Amino acid sequence: MNYFWIFVSAAVINNFTLAYFLGLCPFFGVSKKIDTAFRLGLANIFVMLITSVCTWFLNTYILYHAPYLRLMTYIVVIASTVQFVEMTIKKLSPALFKALGLFLPLITTNCAILFLALTQTSKEYSFVEGLFYALGAGSGLTLALVLMAGIREEAELSEIPDVLKGAAMSFLIAGILSMAFMGFAGLFSGA
Amino acid sequence: MSSEKSAGPIRLIITLGLAGLFSGLVLVSVFLATQPLIKRNQEEALEAAIYRVLPGAETRKIFVEEDGKLVETESADGAEAVYAGYDGSGKLVGYGIPSSGTGFQDTISLIYGYDPYEKKVIGMQVLESRETPGLGDKIIKDQDFLDDFSALEVEPEVEAVASGTKSEANEVDSISGATISSKAVVNIINDGNDKWRQLIDERTESEGQAE
Amino acid sequence: MSNQQNLYEETIKGFWRENPVFVQMLGLCPALAVTNSAINGLAMGLASTFVLVGSSFLVSTFRNLIPKQVRITTFIIIIATFVTVADLSLQAFTPSLHKELGAFIALIVANCLILGRQEAFASKNRLPFAVGDAAGMAGGFTVALIMVGGIREILGSGSFFGVSLFGENFEPWVIMILPPGGFLTLGVLLIIFAAVKKRRDSRKLVQLES
Repeated sequence: MNYFWIFVSAAVINNFTLAYFLGLCPFFGVSKKIDTAFRLGLANIFVMLITSVCTWFLNTYILYHAPYLRLMTYIVVIASTVQFVEMTIKKLSPALFKALGLFLPLITTNCAILFLALTQTSKEYSFVEGLFYALGAGSGLTLALVLMAGIREEAELSEIPDVLKGAAMSFLIAGILSMAFMGFAGLFSGA
Repeated sequence: MSSEKSAGPIRLIITLGLAGLFSGLVLVSVFLATQPLIKRNQEEALEAAIYRVLPGAETRKIFVEEDGKLVETESADGAEAVYAGYDGSGKLVGYGIPSSGTGFQDTISLIYGYDPYEKKVIGMQVLESRETPGLGDKIIKDQDFLDDFSALEVEPEVEAVASGTKSEANEVDSISGATISSKAVVNIINDGNDKWRQLIDERTESEGQAE
Repeated sequence: MSNQQNLYEETIKGFWRENPVFVQMLGLCPALAVTNSAINGLAMGLASTFVLVGSSFLVSTFRNLIPKQVRITTFIIIIATFVTVADLSLQAFTPSLHKELGAFIALIVANCLILGRQEAFASKNRLPFAVGDAAGMAGGFTVALIMVGGIREILGSGSFFGVSLFGENFEPWVIMILPPGGFLTLGVLLIIFAAVKKRRDSRKLVQLES
């Protein structure tokens, strides 16, 4: 039950993008086509899972003695993981690699991944709990990305006033999405 | 401009090594310099909370669980602990029990005072929460709500009831508009009791009044 | 780099024309996450300023010694060091602010603005310009944060920098200090800026034609 709660909490109740404002660069940048958005989301989940595992090991065995090195090691781990994922995607699917373009290396500066590492540590999740947390967070991120992409795809076909075009509208949409997701709070109130 | 020709691997390693070394030195020194201050801040915050939930207490001792018994210790060192508070004459006022659990939005972390003689909760303070501002976060400041925790029976267990319907000594009036957060606080206290009450009551009986 | 580089120009551009938040859309995570009040926005802005100016200072000083291949990693090491220092200092000297800002202080290291400035400017320009650019960008960032934070605080808590503005009877628009409020505030601000720009551009056009 606890694992399920961790997953759902990270995915919808405390959605990384709509509740914690993480991962906004890809959220506003890549999310114009549902397809790309979904694949970027998957790449993120993958990076998050690996990061979760690495940070758990690092934290348990090494960083306990030097907590101030935490930030440094985490960001280096994330950067390396992203590099690795980048190379893998390039080899497995050059088309996807091209579609994702700049946003793949930008996963490194995606605050969502770093936030995941930091909170997993501060909440002292076990190895398995960490995995569920990463899965939940990544899924939530993907969900937000896909939702945004879907809405914007539809919006492309409508008349939009000049001043709203571009970023402004995305933010208003995000605001409404965020409000909608607030409805998930208290999902486990009976517990 | 950065170097035009491609640097050899040795140069790369040296650069990263130096950067890492410099960074390491700076971090270690800043860490060592700020540690005492940070520790003191944390202790002061905890002390303030303990004395808030154990009215009349002036000194305190730390207890952790060891082999099914409460054992006094110098410092908790990250282990879960409860804090016994003693008044000016050395008499036990009660135990400050930290506990946490799921609230409406996220985890709520609080500390409450437990009097083992009267078997009552005598105070409660929320330490950390992310409840809805203006609604759930009333559990932190709403005086009527907090007052309910100043003489709260814990047997059979603490119960949260609809706002204004409190009739028994073990009941707490939920804050209207924040029922879930209120219930969460009560659940968290019950959890804390499940965990620590037996140990505390046992120790109190075996030590007697002469604390 | 152009010899006509003007220190004033390089500094001032970060405040309005190339404002990190409103124009470049960088550093959005902290811009929305901790701006539920003006003071939090200011604190985050100052912490980011410390990191940005410090990093630009070091990167520009050593720019000729950092090989191209490892430049991003080196930048990250430098930035992460400053962020950790800021984090520890806040924890030691202002624990309540540290609690408010929480994990987002550490997230300054993932702020694309800071890494971006190192890559785009500090590593290619002399020290005074690098620092000026950093100061300007950081200043613009802080101003943006205070603006968003201020609006959200006024509407959502009825106060500004902790000073209650409207008295007891004001029913605050709580949603403003919750996540949706962040998105909406920034969205509306962007609309206002776009409208202002449109008006100004069309006026310029009229002036040219007349």
